Amino acid sequence: MDAMVRELSYAQAIQEAMAIAMDMDERVFLMGEDIGVYGGAFQVTGDLVERYGADRVIDTPISELGGAGVAVGAALTGMRPIFEFQFSDFATLAMEQIVNQAAKMRFMLGGEVSVPVVMRFPAGSGTGAAAQHSQSLEAWLGHVPGLKVIQPATPYDAKGMLLAAVADPDPVMIFEHKLLYKMKGPVPEGYYTVPIGKADICREGRDLTIVATSIMVQKALDAAAALESEGIDVEVVDLRTIRPMDKQTVIDSVKKTSRLLCVYEAVKTLGIGAEVSAMIAESEAFDYLDAPIVRLGGAETPIPYNPELEKATVPQIPDIVTAARDLAKGVR
Amino acid sequence: MATASKAVTDSRANLPFVYRQYSAEQLKQVLHKMYLIRRFEEGAEECYTRGLIHGTMHLSIGQEASAMGICMPLAEDDQITSTHRGHGHCIAKGAEVKRMFAEFFGKTTGYCKGRGGSMHIADVGKGNLGANGIVGGGIPIAVGAALSSKMMKTGKVVVSFFGDGANNEGAFHEALNMAAVWKLPVIFVCENNGYGMSTSTARSTAVKNIAERAAAYSMPGVIVNGNIFSEVAEASHQAIARARAGEGPTLIESKTYRHRGHSKSDRNRYRTKEEIEDWMSNRDPIILFESELREFGFIDDKGIEAIRDAVAQEIAEGIEFAKASPSPDISETGNYVYTEQA
Repeated sequence: MDAMVRELSYAQAIQEAMAIAMDMDERVFLMGEDIGVYGGAFQVTGDLVERYGADRVIDTPISELGGAGVAVGAALTGMRPIFEFQFSDFATLAMEQIVNQAAKMRFMLGGEVSVPVVMRFPAGSGTGAAAQHSQSLEAWLGHVPGLKVIQPATPYDAKGMLLAAVADPDPVMIFEHKLLYKMKGPVPEGYYTVPIGKADICREGRDLTIVATSIMVQKALDAAAALESEGIDVEVVDLRTIRPMDKQTVIDSVKKTSRLLCVYEAVKTLGIGAEVSAMIAESEAFDYLDAPIVRLGGAETPIPYNPELEKATVPQIPDIVTAARDLAKGVR
Repeated sequence: MATASKAVTDSRANLPFVYRQYSAEQLKQVLHKMYLIRRFEEGAEECYTRGLIHGTMHLSIGQEASAMGICMPLAEDDQITSTHRGHGHCIAKGAEVKRMFAEFFGKTTGYCKGRGGSMHIADVGKGNLGANGIVGGGIPIAVGAALSSKMMKTGKVVVSFFGDGANNEGAFHEALNMAAVWKLPVIFVCENNGYGMSTSTARSTAVKNIAERAAAYSMPGVIVNGNIFSEVAEASHQAIARARAGEGPTLIESKTYRHRGHSKSDRNRYRTKEEIEDWMSNRDPIILFESELREFGFIDDKGIEAIRDAVAQEIAEGIEFAKASPSPDISETGNYVYTEQA
C-alpha cells in the first residue's frame, strides 16, 4: 500500500524527517542554536524538544565553531548528529571544523573512521536580513572533497534527502533556502529517501535546458510555464546535489536541447554555473551546443537591505524568462 | 640502596603518588614507554635527516612525562585527541612504533596507510582519535566524543591534548564552555612548553598560568610540573575520577619544555642556548623519573640497561619494518575521501 501523501511545507517536511530519523535510530540527535523551546529561528525544529527531550534536541551556546566541532566529534565516535546553523552565513565561523576536520578526517586516517554528521544551513536572500544573513555559500563547501553538498528544492526532496543524509556515512551539508520553508507540496508519510548525487528532470522540454538549484528551480519552472505560450519548450533540471554532481543527467539533457542556461542565486562568478558550464564544455555535449552557455547568477555585491535592491541582486522570474527566450531565439 | 629498598616495602605511604598507586612492573613499563617515545622521535629525526622521511615533524622530546602521566591512568577504551606534536601521546596511548614509522615513511602499513603522516598520526583501535594539524582543532572534537560517551553511557573519558598556543584560539573557549555547561567526561590537558612556535606565553597570553582560565568555565584548573611523571599522573588520576563520576571536566596545565625546535624549519632564534641547556641537563623528564625509580628501589642499573636495550631493538625493528613495507599505489590516490559504498 502506498504511503498517504499530504501537503506539507518544506519546513514541516524537514521536521518530519528529523522525527523519523530519531524514531528509527537512537544515535540520531539534534544540535543547534535555539532549536529547543524557541523552535529554531525558522521554526524548523518546532516542538521536537517536547517530543524528544532536551537531551536529544540540544540547544548549544552561540558557538558555531565549537558546536560544529562537537557534532564532528560525536559523529566520529558513533553518534549521528544533525547540526543546525541558524543562518548559513554562520558557516564562516565554523569553516575550520567543516573543511579541515569533518571533510578530511576519514582520508587523513586512511579510512579508519567516518564522520556521519549532517549540517543544515538556512540560506539565501529575500528576507530583508541584509548582507550577513542572506548569502548562498554552498559552492564554498562544494569545493571541498570529503563533503557532500545538497540543495533540496521541494518539500518531497527536503524530507527524502535529509533521511538519505542521515543514513549516509559521510558528512552531508544541506542548504535550505529560507524562502522555501513555507512552500507546500506533496510529501508521503513514513520513511523514504531521495538519493544524494542524482539530479531531477522536473520538466521535460526540447528547446533549451535550464539547470537550476534550490529556490531557482521553482522560478525556472514558472519561467518555463510563461514561455510555453510563446512556443518555447523548456527543460528544467533540478541539480539537487552539487557535490557529487550528477553530470550525466545534465549532459544528456543538453545533448537533447542543445542550449544551456544555468540559474542560481549565489554570486555568479566562480560558482555552480561555472562548474556546470565547464563540465558541459568538457563533455561530449559540447558538440551538440547551438549557442554559447548562459549563466544567470547573483550580482557581484553583498545582499543589500533595501527590498527593491535585494530583489535586483538575485535572478527573478522575468530575468529567467528573458534569458531563456534570448537563448532559445539565438539573440545574444 | 639497601635503605631505599627497605623504604619501598615499609613506607611506600611516604612516597609520591605513582609509587603508591602502581606496581614496580607497571612503573618499569612507564620508563620503557618514555624511552620508547624519546628513541622513536630521535629515530624519526634521524630518518628525516637521511631523507627517508619527507615533509616536516614536530618533536616532543622533553615532554615524555606529560604524555605518559596523562595516559597511564586512562583505560584502554578511553579516548584522546592529540596535536601536531603528538607522537608521544600516540605511543603513550598504546600505539606500536613500527606502524608509526611506517606512517612516517608513507607506507600502506602505517596507521593512516600513508595518508596522514606525522601530523595526523592516529590509532583509533587504542582510542587515539588523531593528531591534528590545526591548533585547537581537536578540542571541540574531544568534547563531541565526550558527548557521545555521555549519550551512549559508555563510561569513556576523553582527554584533549593541546599546547599553550591553542589556549588563545576561539575553539578553546567555545569547547571548554560547552563541556562545563554539559558536565561532560573530558579532560583538557594544556601542555605548556613555553612557546607557540616562536612566541612565548609571556608575549601571547594575558594570564600567567593557563590553568587560571579554568575559573572562567567553573572547572578545576590544576598546574603540574609536566616533567615529573608522578605529578602529572596524580592530576590525571584525579581528573579521570571526577569525569567518571559525572562531575565534569578539568583543565590541567602541564608545564614542560620541548628540547627541539617547533618543527624542522626552526632556527631557535627566540630562546637562548643556556635556557635549552638548562632544561636538557637539569629537568629532563626521563632522567628525573629514572633517578626516582632508582632512589626508591624500583629499578637498578641493570634493569635500566635492559629497558634501553629492548627499546633500541624495538626502534631498529620498527624502522626496518617501515623500510620494507609497500608504498600505496598511485591508482589509490582517491581512496578514503568518501566511505566506499558496497
